[in-house]
Amino acid sequence: MAGARRGPNWLLVYAVAYMVFLYAPVVLLPLFAFNDATIVAFPLSGFTTKWFTVLWETEALHGAVRNSLIVAVSSALIATMLGASAARAMARYRFPAKKGIVGFIMLPLVLPEIIVAVALLVMLMQLGLSLSLWTVVAGHVLICTPFAIAILSSAFQGLDQSLEEASLDLGESRWGTFRRVTLPLVMPGVVSSLLITFTISLDEFIIAFFLTGTDVTLPVYIWSQLRFPSKLPSIMALGAILLALSVLLLVLAEWFRRRAAARQGKDATAAGGLL
Amino acid sequence: MALKLSSQERQGLTLISPTLLYALVMLAAPLLMVATFSFWTQNYLEIDRTLTLDNYRAAWGEPIYQVLLARSLRISVIVTVATVLLAFPVAYFLSFHVKKRKALWLFLITVPFWTSYLLRVFLWKVILGYNGVLNSALLNLGLIDEPLTFILYNANAVVLTLAHAWAPFAILPIFVALEKIDRSLLEAAEDLGDGPVRRFFRVTLPLAMPGVVAATLIVLIPTVGDFITPKLVGGTDGLMIANMIQIQFGKANNAPLGAALAVTSMLTVAAISLIVFLAGRRLGGRVKP
Repeated sequence: MAGARRGPNWLLVYAVAYMVFLYAPVVLLPLFAFNDATIVAFPLSGFTTKWFTVLWETEALHGAVRNSLIVAVSSALIATMLGASAARAMARYRFPAKKGIVGFIMLPLVLPEIIVAVALLVMLMQLGLSLSLWTVVAGHVLICTPFAIAILSSAFQGLDQSLEEASLDLGESRWGTFRRVTLPLVMPGVVSSLLITFTISLDEFIIAFFLTGTDVTLPVYIWSQLRFPSKLPSIMALGAILLALSVLLLVLAEWFRRRAAARQGKDATAAGGLL
Repeated sequence: MALKLSSQERQGLTLISPTLLYALVMLAAPLLMVATFSFWTQNYLEIDRTLTLDNYRAAWGEPIYQVLLARSLRISVIVTVATVLLAFPVAYFLSFHVKKRKALWLFLITVPFWTSYLLRVFLWKVILGYNGVLNSALLNLGLIDEPLTFILYNANAVVLTLAHAWAPFAILPIFVALEKIDRSLLEAAEDLGDGPVRRFFRVTLPLAMPGVVAATLIVLIPTVGDFITPKLVGGTDGLMIANMIQIQFGKANNAPLGAALAVTSMLTVAAISLIVFLAGRRLGGRVKP
């Protein structure tokens, strides 16, 4: 793998140490999720699955999970639709002020989330709208759309225009061409975008914290539980489940992205996609 | 102004307009409203719409806000420098030394980032705490006699936790910039007599500058606005400006002051970002790709 040109490869050693640093907090989740003790500290004191049972029996948590799923699914769908139309426009057409428009749409990527949250809150207050799950969706769509665009624009850029032209020449309508040629070709990118935006929305806390009404999302629920030491082990169990779920979704998203690249006959190992 | 658009241009604009409209309604309008709001005042539940600079006088003048803003900027700058410096060798390693499994390495780097942010921050508390993982390990190894206390509930903990949280955001842009470097330039430098160190500083680093600048901005901007990390691991000395913004919108019930603080920190961050961007352009401008 690494070129062993002169002596030990210090860069490899460093990279491995860095990975240990990156994974240090994450590996603790499963450890404490199955640890038979009410305090989250070492030494570990035995194996148990009772914290998962506790989760199963906590009603408030189920409500939060349901709310989060509603928010995450809605945000992912809307953000991906908005992202697809923007990505298509960017890849296919030239139009005035393109750079400025794209830059503005991508702006939430570099705005501190608290600014986005506070701004939306002020507007909702001024309009006299009450906070609900839909206000959270509105905020999440805003921050998810740039990610959707980033993922989808590589899918649309790789699209061979002559295929669409051939379809039109052969008598398909515009809509028929979109449905039978364009969509199947970019579908893996669409799925990958749905999965990524779903994951982002599911984990987003700051905007949800400001814009949530009486129905809380999962991260807001977790935040409220972190104050109670007795709740911590079950929160660890919850975290372990979320971790497993996120990794699964990510692997799926990556698999779809590579399939998209493979369909268009491109090198799938390129770093594109997420950023 | 007479605008004559070709059908191409019209189609492009039509296609992007839903997304643009959404951003205008949900981002531009709210931001303008915050800016307006910051010139109003609030007396319990009544909003007084007379324009005034009082909020800014408070935000800029009162010591507590000055201290918090200065601390937020200081912590963010330290976090950014630490994150980028720590991330650069990893990105360099990935780009220049890993031959086959690049995608796997990149994937492994992003995985921890996808676990709940709240829980990751909280787990650092578990690691750094008085009875935490680190202290018990060091005690068991006999390296220390009593638990270290300087590692939690202060600015150090905030820096460490944020450097961890933003690691992939620093690695990826630098990696992408390094990947773009034409390898023949490095060979040319070597042939012309540059040693590895000189070559790195004269060719690799200037060419990687766009990635370094991107990483710096991607880490710097959001960390100024973070309020979870300071609240969970920062103790009282680690509180940052975002915590105060949250308090003003919540308990203190003074949204206009909160808005003024938000605008102030946003403008400050924008100014710093601009400086970083321009500095990066100057530093990276010597070698044209």
